[in-house]
Order: sequence, then structure tokens, then C-alpha cells
Amino acid sequence: MTITSADVVRFVETYAAAIAEQKDHLTRLDAAIGDADHGENMNRGFQAALAQLPDVADKTPADVLKTVAMALVSKVGGAAGPLYGTAFLRAATAVQGKPELTGEDVVNALAAGLEGVKMRGKSDVGDKTMIDAWAPAVDRARAVLDDGGDLPAALAAAAEAAAQGRDATEPMVARKGRASYLGERSAGHIDPGATSTALLFAALRCD
Amino acid sequence: MKKLINDPADVVTEALQGMELAHADLIRVHYDPNYIVRADAPVQGKVGVLSGGGSGHEPMHGGFVGRGMLDAACPGAVFTSPTPDQVHAATKAVDGGAGVLHLVKNYTGDVANFEMAAELAEAEGLTVRSVVIDDDVAVKDSLYTAGRRGVGGTVLIEKLVGAAAERGDDLDSLAALAERINGQVRSMGMALTPCTVPHAGEPTFTLGEDEMEIGIGIHGEPGRERLPLEPADRITERLLEPIIEDLPFQSGDRTLLFVNGMGGTPLIELYIVYRHAVEVLRERGIEVVRSLVGSYITSLEMAGTSITLLRMDDELVELWDAPVLTPALRKGV
Repeated sequence: MTITSADVVRFVETYAAAIAEQKDHLTRLDAAIGDADHGENMNRGFQAALAQLPDVADKTPADVLKTVAMALVSKVGGAAGPLYGTAFLRAATAVQGKPELTGEDVVNALAAGLEGVKMRGKSDVGDKTMIDAWAPAVDRARAVLDDGGDLPAALAAAAEAAAQGRDATEPMVARKGRASYLGERSAGHIDPGATSTALLFAALRCD
Repeated sequence: MKKLINDPADVVTEALQGMELAHADLIRVHYDPNYIVRADAPVQGKVGVLSGGGSGHEPMHGGFVGRGMLDAACPGAVFTSPTPDQVHAATKAVDGGAGVLHLVKNYTGDVANFEMAAELAEAEGLTVRSVVIDDDVAVKDSLYTAGRRGVGGTVLIEKLVGAAAERGDDLDSLAALAERINGQVRSMGMALTPCTVPHAGEPTFTLGEDEMEIGIGIHGEPGRERLPLEPADRITERLLEPIIEDLPFQSGDRTLLFVNGMGGTPLIELYIVYRHAVEVLRERGIEVVRSLVGSYITSLEMAGTSITLLRMDDELVELWDAPVLTPALRKGV
């Protein structure tokens, strides 16, 4: 199975719909340990991205990803804008010029996105951030492909790993982002960024 | 939620439109991307001084645009840092050939967006220097946090560095001056009530009638400690003592004392805090040579205060006394 631009567009549409539906939930999670804007910001960015998709739907997957990246960077602000924007931009760069993507390409793009988030956020696994959902998802997807599994199986495993990673942020004490100002008081809350990342991997499922 | 607004989605734009109408002699406003520049920007041969951050902290930063302070301010959505395209466009708008200094408050989002904007500007051949402001002693500066936040010290740095830019200092000198001031200014804040972000519609946290939050940030994010409410003098000590000990400020130091309102606290209460802060400083032999009292870096309608203390020297006194003409701060003109 290969992934076309149309598939990438469908993924973005699915993710945007999930963000719109979960907007208030994301903002409530953010109010507990951050500044109550995550749902609003992500929704603004992905609605902007949706509006631009028709212009690039017939181009390469990288063009679609890059368009989403620029919409996020220019419309979201906060931490989520540059973090998700950088992730989509790095993913686009990883598959530059390819008309269709293999399973390996998709996982490489997801891994490149993760590296972008780590670089831009100066953060890593265990800091109670979106990385705690993204990193295990990439690991699981790669493991499934390495074991001979197909892309739908890899993305299904990634979605489950991301959801587990999201839940695993609950007891963590935040070391990055606004939640880190709370110190020990940040424990006991699920990280909103990890939650929006789990939604991203859920939207990637194609099984 | 009881607010003087129309549609929550229009809050920032409509406020900018009002500012533009009220202060057309001092500033110009550009929309989409949103930024404010001084009326005569770009000033040829002068370094452009630019800051920005989430809206909801008015008058910071837009109210400080004008002669002797900022050349540009980039307002993001409420409590959300501006986007790179805003900062990039504003940087170009105030570049008078001597480079542009970005004054960035230390928040993950602000730092990341300004970084991306500086990369975009530099790719076009502009010279940009960035200084990150982190004066909040309520946050431990360690590997285990995003670092100290930029709070009240930002207002003082914008005034002092703006004055130095006006007298003709070059980009590297201004960046060094900003770093130096950041190294000798400390702040801490507290809240009596929370605030409500317009699009969220409900307070970001709750405080009982008899509770207060010590070490509060400026985005409605909770602070480090929740305590029973105390008299103003005791609260003043709770804020000032960690500030003094952190730098540390010592007997013989000359200082600027800035008592700031969080948005919902009347001036009469700020003067009560100021009065006791001076008493505490005098007891320790610390002299207050300049002052600022009022609501300059706010958190919407939050009630509370922050105290900022800056160690002064002759140069800083001269820069503080230099003329400034902006919507929110004007003196010497």
C-alpha cells in the first residue's frame, strides 16, 4: 500500500475535525496546567490549513504537509504553532519530491517530525509534553514495519502507543512548557500537547 | 463571564482599532499580520527595538510603542505569543539599516516564534539580535523547568533599552545593555483573583474568598503556592524578600522599585504595597532612587500585584530619565 496526496489530505481533514470536536477538552486540559488556549489555537491553525488544501491537493504529499506547516506557523502562535509547524515542515522535507509514500517513508516522516519538535522545544521524552505521545508512536510504528507488518498495522500500533503515551503523562512532573512553572503541582494532569498528538496519530489510522 | 466585549474572536482586532484611533499621533497599526509601529518608523540609522507577546497584558507591549521606547510591538491572541510572520513583518517595518533588537519574554511559545521570525529575517539579509528576559524569581531556574518567566522587568528593559536606542547606541551595545539589565532585575507577583480568557469563557483557576496565589504568572497560569489571604504588608514581604535574596540586593544598592497592578487592582492598593516595600528596603539599607507605580503589565482583570526591583547605576538613571512618548508611558516631553 502506498500513500498519495489525497490520503494526506484526508488525514489532515480527519485530524482537523477531531481537533474541532475536542477543542474545549484540549482547552480545559490546558487550563489545569497551562494557559487555556491549546484547543482554540490548534483549531484556528487547522481551519486555516483546511482552507488552503484545495490549492495543493493535486501536488505531492510533501506539498500538502508543507502547506499545513505554514498555516500552523502563521496562524497558531503560542507554543503549539512553532512545534506542530516545525513537525509538519520536517515531515515534508523528509519526503520531498516523492509522488507517493511507502510505509517506510511515512514512518521516516513521522520520525523527522519528532526530531523537529525536540529541536524547537528543546525537550525530550519524560518532560510531560507532546513528545511523550509522539516518540513511542514512532517507535511502535517502526517496530511493526521491521517485523514485516504493513502500514495500516504500523499506524494502528502507533495510535495505541500515542494514546498510552498521552495517559502516561498524567503522573509526570512537567519539565518544559508553561506547566513546568507548577513544579510538583503539574502531576495528576494529562498533558494537553500529548493529547493533541494522540489525536494526530488516531487520525493517521487507516486500518 | 462579564466582559466589555463583542465577539470573543474580535477582541484583539477591535482593541487595536481603538488604539489606532486614540493614538494616531504616536503609532500606526498594521493588520493581518498584526503589529504596531511608531508613527515615524522606520527611523533611519537607529536600531529598531521590537517586542511582542500575547495580548491581555495591556498596556504592554503596544502601549510602549513610541519615541524613546519600542519601535514595534507584535500582539498575539490573548495569552498566546505572536506568530513568526507577524514578528518578521514588524522587523522589516522598523529596520532603519542599523539592525533590529528583539526583546523576548522567556516563555516556550514566545521564544520559539521569535526564533523562527529571526531566522526568516536573517535569511533576507536583516541583522537581528535577540535578548530573552527572565526576571521572575517565583520559578526555579533549572534544567527541570522552562526557566524563569519574563515579567515586570520587561517594562523596565523596554524603557531603558528604548532610551539607549534613541541616543544612538548600536545593535550589539543595546543587546549587551538588555542582557546586563536582565541580570540585575528581579520580580515576583501574586493574585487575589483569577482572570478569564475571553474565548475560554471561564476562569483559568479558582481562588476562594480567603485565598491568594503567590508566585503567579501573567497568563492566568497558577503560581507555586496557595495561601490564606494576609494583610498587604505581609504580602509585600512575601514578594520582596525572595527578590532581595535572589540577586542578592545589598545594603548600599540604589534601586528602581516598580509596583505593578495585575489589571484588577486599584492604584490606592498599589500605593499601600509601595509604601511598605520602601520600608522593607530602607530597613536593609537599600535605597530607592526611582519608582514606577501602576498597572503596566497585566493579566486581563486579575486582581493582584507584582513587585520588580532593579539595581540602578548612573547610566540607568540617565536612561530612565530620558524622554519617552508612548500611549502608556510619557515623561520628559
